Amino acid sequence: MDFQNITLVSVGYIEEIYLKCVVEAAGKEFCLPVTIREGFIDITEFYDPTRRQYNGSKLLKEIDSLFASDNTKTIGLFSVDLFIPILTYIFGQAYLSGRSGIASYYRLSNERYGISGNNKIVIERFQKEVIHELGHTFGLVHCHMPACVMRSSTYVEDIDQKDANICSHCRSLLSETIPSLINLKT
Amino acid sequence: MARKISILIVDDEESVRDSLYNWFIEDGYHVESAESAMKALKMLESESFDIVLADIKMPGMDGLEMLRRIKLLKAESIVIVMTAFATVDTAVQALKDGAFDYVTKPFDPDDLSHLIRNASKQITLAEENENLRSRVVTLESVEDLIGNSEAMKKVLKEIENVAQSNSSVVITGESGTGKELVARAIHANSPRRFFPMVSVHCGALTESLLESELFGHEKGAFTGAMYNRKGRFEMADNGTIFLDEIATISTKMQIDLLRVLESKRFTRVGGNKDISSDFRVICATNRDLKGLVEKGQFREDLFYRLNVVNIFVPPLRERIDDIPMLVEYFIKKYCTSMNKPPATIEATALKRLEEFNYPGNVRELENMIERAIVVGSGKKITMKDLPLEKTVVSNSIESLEDLEKEHILKILNKYSWNISRAAKALSIDRVTLYNKISKFGLKPAG
Repeated sequence: MDFQNITLVSVGYIEEIYLKCVVEAAGKEFCLPVTIREGFIDITEFYDPTRRQYNGSKLLKEIDSLFASDNTKTIGLFSVDLFIPILTYIFGQAYLSGRSGIASYYRLSNERYGISGNNKIVIERFQKEVIHELGHTFGLVHCHMPACVMRSSTYVEDIDQKDANICSHCRSLLSETIPSLINLKT
Repeated sequence: MARKISILIVDDEESVRDSLYNWFIEDGYHVESAESAMKALKMLESESFDIVLADIKMPGMDGLEMLRRIKLLKAESIVIVMTAFATVDTAVQALKDGAFDYVTKPFDPDDLSHLIRNASKQITLAEENENLRSRVVTLESVEDLIGNSEAMKKVLKEIENVAQSNSSVVITGESGTGKELVARAIHANSPRRFFPMVSVHCGALTESLLESELFGHEKGAFTGAMYNRKGRFEMADNGTIFLDEIATISTKMQIDLLRVLESKRFTRVGGNKDISSDFRVICATNRDLKGLVEKGQFREDLFYRLNVVNIFVPPLRERIDDIPMLVEYFIKKYCTSMNKPPATIEATALKRLEEFNYPGNVRELENMIERAIVVGSGKKITMKDLPLEKTVVSNSIESLEDLEKEHILKILNKYSWNISRAAKALSIDRVTLYNKISKFGLKPAG
């Protein structure tokens, strides 16, 4: 199936500059048109009071059922703390070779770790996270190349170490799903 | 050629199974899940997983009991237990029962990745170790293929030519000529050398045992089948299977073998899952397969399937030029293995060895040298150390045990059955000599 576009669904308040930068980075990396829309979801239903976090697994299902379609890759963008039942937290999650994913910048800011804030760094990290989850929806698994955006990251330091780009190996795999990529990027 | 690590998740909570499934699938693992211990055990009977990640608290059978059963089924399985209610007692119990590790839910994402990465590393190392061991055995055995005669040079050339291909090979030759060594040399020089060479001595097994040995069996397939067992075809995946004494297999086995060779697919005894394996077949026989085909005792289609290349290993009496080299090699081999100083051989003894007929071929020569090193007293092997004097040794003797019996009897007769003197001459104590006399049932003549 040839995927024609990427849709980013902004859920809750997300700063304009964050959205603009993420749209730009995703479009550039996948050579596909990116549209942005607002997602009106009552996220309180997904709040777990015992963990004081939002259930990422359920939110992913919700994004998939409300906004995803077969010729679009859809990523839900959040500003809240996400978890999945087995893990203490997640930055994002996606269905491998599926239609949708989610990503949150809640844990991407320096202030969470007692360091002074830096908006530029948060934006860079958020861009990498969104591209990473989109990669999963296109069928890419975690990559071992240190600089590849598809490398698994469990801490923000891991995100900082990698680039916002897909490595040549992952790109060659991706070009099977997105033929337009073949000649556009190396 | 890294393969995908497979993980089985066992947890009664669907949300946990789903989250773990998604997490591992993104890491590129092959993942399956089960909602109960019973279902997991059933899955493990028909499919093997590298890592089992199991919850401790589950309705019905708990994770600890399942861990014990998995360990009974396959001792080397890697099981990681997880629980939301961590106590030191359960952790200790799980580790005592053979769990690879113990984790408390929810985990830190980094801990989970590390845990699985460590388990995967252990699996990869264990597999590499097994492959390297089989490679070392293969290479050691190839060293035994000694010879500089024209006949042996021809065999070595044939090995070189055939090694790079994937064709089936039939090695023919008398007993003791070194057919298995030729098979090992082919494997060791082939692109499959980094994978196992699995040997099966068809003549030593009954039809049903051979079937189970070759195809493997499922638990409960027959009385005594207590565990799932991989067959030799499965073990030889990417490598070589060596079927010795192929002429001895039954007609039914010939049909089964032909089917496997054609499709490279089979099912285990008592199983219904189709298994595929990529192996190369090398067979050996000391009989005339073509003659057996003509007599209707060996299937013609199987013969042509196996006999793509034929290598004939000549008997030792047809390559006497190789005897000095073989003698030197075996002296060195046994002096080293028995921690004895390097020995040489007397010219007359070597000449006598070259004149011998060797119905047992290289194996017989090897046994003679081994015996000479064992019973010989000095640094030089002389005529008296070899069982070739007068009529002492019949040509039919093949085993070291027979040679030992003959030698002890000879010494006893020499010293008129004086046990002390005979024991001294044999360099053993009197009790050992009495034990040997009793073991071999030796009696004074007349």
